[in-house]
Amino acid sequence: MMNVLVFVGINTILAVALNLLLGYAGQISLGHAAFFGLGAYISGVLTVTYGLNSWISMFIAATATGILAFILGFPILKLKGHYLAMATLGFGIIVYIVFNETVALTGGPSGLSGIPNLGIASLTFDSDIKNYYLVWLFALISIFLSLNLADSRIGRALRAIHDSEVAARGMGVNVRLLKVQIFALSALLSAVAGSLYAHTMTFISPASFGFNFSVELVTMVIIGGLGSIYGSFLGAALLTLLPEILRAFQDYDIIVYGLLLILMTMFMPGGLVRGVPGILLSLRPARKQGREY
Amino acid sequence: MNLSQQVIQYILSGLTTGSIYSLIGLGFAIIFNSTGIINFAQGEFVMLGGMLTFFFITVVKLPLLVAILFAILISTLVGVTFERLAIRPLRKATPLNLVIITIGASILIRGLAMMIWGKDTHSLPMFSGNDPIFVSGATILPQHLWILGITLLVIIINKLYFYHSISGKAMRACSYNRSAASLVGIDVKRMVFFSFAISSAMGSVAGIIAAPLTMTSYDVGIMLGLKGFCAAIIGGMSSGMGTVLGGILLGVLESLGAGLISSGYKDAIAFIILLLILFIRPQGIFRKAETERV
Repeated sequence: MMNVLVFVGINTILAVALNLLLGYAGQISLGHAAFFGLGAYISGVLTVTYGLNSWISMFIAATATGILAFILGFPILKLKGHYLAMATLGFGIIVYIVFNETVALTGGPSGLSGIPNLGIASLTFDSDIKNYYLVWLFALISIFLSLNLADSRIGRALRAIHDSEVAARGMGVNVRLLKVQIFALSALLSAVAGSLYAHTMTFISPASFGFNFSVELVTMVIIGGLGSIYGSFLGAALLTLLPEILRAFQDYDIIVYGLLLILMTMFMPGGLVRGVPGILLSLRPARKQGREY
Repeated sequence: MNLSQQVIQYILSGLTTGSIYSLIGLGFAIIFNSTGIINFAQGEFVMLGGMLTFFFITVVKLPLLVAILFAILISTLVGVTFERLAIRPLRKATPLNLVIITIGASILIRGLAMMIWGKDTHSLPMFSGNDPIFVSGATILPQHLWILGITLLVIIINKLYFYHSISGKAMRACSYNRSAASLVGIDVKRMVFFSFAISSAMGSVAGIIAAPLTMTSYDVGIMLGLKGFCAAIIGGMSSGMGTVLGGILLGVLESLGAGLISSGYKDAIAFIILLLILFIRPQGIFRKAETERV
């Protein structure tokens, strides 16, 4: 169970990171698993093959991924709507194939094992419970950072871009640069989550960073509630715990999962953060008639 | 085999995979144009086409042609049921929510297929034997000709429908402007229904004609669907020749790249081409730039 809660923590960081881009700036990415994977693989390769310290590897992984996203952001974020979706999706698949094909470096489809745990002085984060605290420390930091960012001048500028890029530009927001910056920040946070994943699991393989996981991340953000940091946590928690609960259905779990996804989107279009209170409100007898919520 | 013969061989096989991508891409574009939805379940209709044909041939023991007709019919039924149950009740939902619903549907359909038919890979018999035909040094299979011929036929029917029938013209009107179309008396809901029917039928045809060459299993829909989406994007989301050319361009370049550079990177090459095209011409190669309305 503790193991699952570690995953909830990692997925929370990822969902929060993607929400900054998708929920606040309104830019879709169907390739975020690639940044997660880059973080994990850079950290993994640097520690396993080159024997670097875990923390230093994590730092390099985050910075390098952030810089890559920043450079890539300029051409990619010029695109809009489904063209942007397709471009990020394509990027994700390319990275996934590179993980699989560069066997000498990454171990290919059979994965990379023996990644060292993180540690401070004599304390090594080598058990689920220790990793739980470690991962959640990072998750809370990223939630705190994102909440602050969302409430700042930058957060307001991002929401302006979401509503109308032209209007935002008219108000003096440097739309192009800001979109790229938030893309890079989002990628950087995802890479940190990737490093944490690599160092807590000590084994990584390309299968964890494919198109399906990118889609799952987008689903977490939308099921949780677009543009709500706490919503991202709820979405990440739900979608991570759900498969564990659905184990009871055995082979039918994927069917139930798909069905739940459809039903939740149909009946809670605003996500859990807005949907659950909405359903609770509608259950109460209506006292204030004629007033719309 | 010398280089030029190899190149001809790659182009020929690229043309056939390209035709498959075109058909799948057309399905994407038709639904997108009538509803504004990217239907991520499109690949599952491709899978259903192949798997259902396999099922009808081996389990029910129907002759090939009858099996194919049943497979198309059932895939189309799945498509319109999906539209009725999940898309129609939500016409006011945001595009992102609709995308999630199509993703949910694709997981659901894939899960059902896995439950019914298992995880094994199956192959369909070739439509007419497998004696290779030699064309100027390159070999092609009769199945390649079937794929090219059927794709051509579907494209011609598609063209005739969209330009020379009342309901086809009404669907084009919807794709230009849905509210204007409904003002002149076009039943937009019905057009959306039609678009799902046509797209799922087209997807299943693509799956059926490709299955004898590429094998089929419950999860073939993902990559084929994405390639079809690529084709539609390169073609600028047109439900006509743009997407067809996009698909063929993608198929040929991918096949050349896989043959001459590296087969392990075959899928990566397709997406690198896509990224390059998007970076240079963000609106697809076959479409004029749009100005944003505020």
